[in-house]
Amino acid sequence: MNKLKFYLPVLGFVVVAIALWRGLYLDTKTLPSMLIDKPMPSFELTSVDGSVVSNSDLPGQIFLLNVWGSYCLPCLIEHPTLMRLSEEGEIPVVGVNYRDRQALAVDWLAENGNPFSFSILDESGRFGIDLGVYGAPETYLVDANGVIRFRHVSVLDETVWQEQFLPAIAELREEGS
Amino acid sequence: MNSTATLISRNVFLALASIIVLLCSLLLPSTTYSQVDTFEFDTEVQQTRFRTLSDELRCPMCQNSSLSGSTGGVAEDLRREVHRMIMEGRSDSEIIQFMFERYGDFILFRPRLTAGTVFLWFGPLLFLFTGGLFAFGIWRRARKITDSDTELDKYQQKRLQQLLGDKS
Repeated sequence: MNKLKFYLPVLGFVVVAIALWRGLYLDTKTLPSMLIDKPMPSFELTSVDGSVVSNSDLPGQIFLLNVWGSYCLPCLIEHPTLMRLSEEGEIPVVGVNYRDRQALAVDWLAENGNPFSFSILDESGRFGIDLGVYGAPETYLVDANGVIRFRHVSVLDETVWQEQFLPAIAELREEGS
Repeated sequence: MNSTATLISRNVFLALASIIVLLCSLLLPSTTYSQVDTFEFDTEVQQTRFRTLSDELRCPMCQNSSLSGSTGGVAEDLRREVHRMIMEGRSDSEIIQFMFERYGDFILFRPRLTAGTVFLWFGPLLFLFTGGLFAFGIWRRARKITDSDTELDKYQQKRLQQLLGDKS
């Protein structure tokens, strides 16, 4: 009994200490998306090239939805990866031009290349709110039924593509077949 | 003897001073600087609701500040949404629900009570309770010791006299 009395607080201390220690290394910057397994919010908006786009324009297959802006440096870093994916036909990429100006967006695409089937123009950030976006770049993986299945916040480089997106896509394909 | 007394009183003074400083710092208004918005409202109630809501909602981008205290792009957009919804006559709980559906528990400075947040809400109480239990145990034991052991019995009295006698 006395032994228990001694070890109980020690055990309590160890448990709390381990929990707090782990807490030091938790990633608190990346927030879970609320839209996982929910359909993409409905939209009928202008695209960067000026045409009207809506949900019916989305690719009827698994695609990436990439949130970008001409002001966004990390977007420039992930840009070659998006270019490669789109050029090699690995996956269609739809853009959301988030809190930007149309003219700047057009210039940016002309200068760096356009990996997007189309880019939804979201100058006010209102569509971004419906997506639960908190800053560019963010990339969503959407399945053939238009349901959001995965979100990656910040730069999508080749490593992230290989380690996170490819397994997620493989899982979706398996599920679909 | 005198120097020990001075030392003790000086320590007591320092302890009291630090407690007072701590309390004063708690009373000071926290340094969140509200963003200057040019939103217009029809009534003062709407304006108060807007202020309360933008203090209660957390900025998703700049993490530890509220919507009202943040210059971040999303915070600006979300403040505009809160304003729009207030002007449309939506209730506070509808607005909070709107934010929750898009940004999750994170955006609420007071997270909802769910299975996942139970520990967050009641963890501190649990800690306080166990701590109190230990404190009570220690206090009771300490009292028992002082009650029974301060009085010297006949044998101890005799021994004390002897020791004192030896010295003088």
